[in-house]
Amino acid sequence: MNAFSTTGLSKRFRRKWALRDCSLAIPRGRVAALVGPNGAGKTTLLRLAVGLIRPTAGEVTAAGAVAFLSQEKPLYQGFTLAETMRFGRELNPSWDGDLATARIAELGLSPKSKIGALSGGQRAQVALTLVLAKRPELLVLDEPLSNLDPLARHEVMRALMAAVADSGMTVLLSSHVVSDLENTCDWLVVLNRGRVQVSGAVDDLVDEHRLLTGPAAEVDAVAARTEVVDRADAARQSTLLVNGDPGPLSPQWTRRAVGLEDLVLAYLRSPDAAALPRPTLTSA
Amino acid sequence: MLIFHLDRRSGVATYLQLVHQVKQALRLGVLRPGDKLPTAKEVVAELAINPNTVLKAYRELEREGLAIGRPGLGTFIERGLGARADHGHLRTALHAWFRDARAAGLGPEDIRALFDAVAAETQGERTA
Repeated sequence: MNAFSTTGLSKRFRRKWALRDCSLAIPRGRVAALVGPNGAGKTTLLRLAVGLIRPTAGEVTAAGAVAFLSQEKPLYQGFTLAETMRFGRELNPSWDGDLATARIAELGLSPKSKIGALSGGQRAQVALTLVLAKRPELLVLDEPLSNLDPLARHEVMRALMAAVADSGMTVLLSSHVVSDLENTCDWLVVLNRGRVQVSGAVDDLVDEHRLLTGPAAEVDAVAARTEVVDRADAARQSTLLVNGDPGPLSPQWTRRAVGLEDLVLAYLRSPDAAALPRPTLTSA
Repeated sequence: MLIFHLDRRSGVATYLQLVHQVKQALRLGVLRPGDKLPTAKEVVAELAINPNTVLKAYRELEREGLAIGRPGLGTFIERGLGARADHGHLRTALHAWFRDARAAGLGPEDIRALFDAVAAETQGERTA
């Protein structure tokens, strides 16, 4: 069962395509990472996902209530925490006041404190509280960790993972810091130049890919037997990041497992490579 | 309560790190049969990892017969590791007793009632 899917989703701003023919599906209960270089279309995809902008072509389907936290984490600086929570309650019929109160207490903040007086990490936690108290089935976060120090990043991730454990909601979050996503995200979407390059379960992707290092003289023969995502050639030695199993290799070759970061970097370096669950039909 | 930690540089899969830490605690007697493991929420609120990773670790412990999941209650240690957890003879004797009880026509609730009654009686003996 998918919590979120897009079919042929495209968005053009004036003459420039921000997103081209994007088809992907994220199963319920996953924590999906949306990664890609700046300008890849991440924010456009997220804004389309939550209905803030309309697609030029294609469709978006989200099952159930959706909450969105933009990169700016907008909060009224002059409001107190209590006023901020009241604002959330008035605007959201599904508001969970107990959850909001419990989280503010956990953060050790007084309901009387002004938003403007909080630290960046505390503001991020308050913004997260606002979206969590909506009790969404799909939570969409645009760069939730940007501008936070390492401790605050860790604390936001702890709070987010606890909320996932509690509610079973689906999360789609964008980031360009891959190390923040290791251990937290179990679904990976790589967006590059407005197109989806990778969409799949992190465990499966890690199992299916491997790094092969061996003599340059044999590299073409090995490369022909499987799908090469990324290739680095030195004078005598070559390294291949491959999707699939090349079968038996001569003893000069070594195989290594890949990490999430290896995988993301390899795809970003090779914009024409793709790892998608099934072939997608592309329009000419 | 067991506190998990994470070595992000070890290269060992996160769920396996959790499995190893439970086994280590069993060998040291820090965890014993009947102890409750922390809930997925408690673990992820500490380590900032995906809840499915914790569930995967607990499934692995269940598969190895070390833990048992009780729906709505949590995951509990089923048997220990090493000398401290050597309840083998008691377990064997209890198995035999259960077989006798069933052979005598007792249903699960009859068995539980009898078990509870005897447990209460012997508890009385100890404190008397």
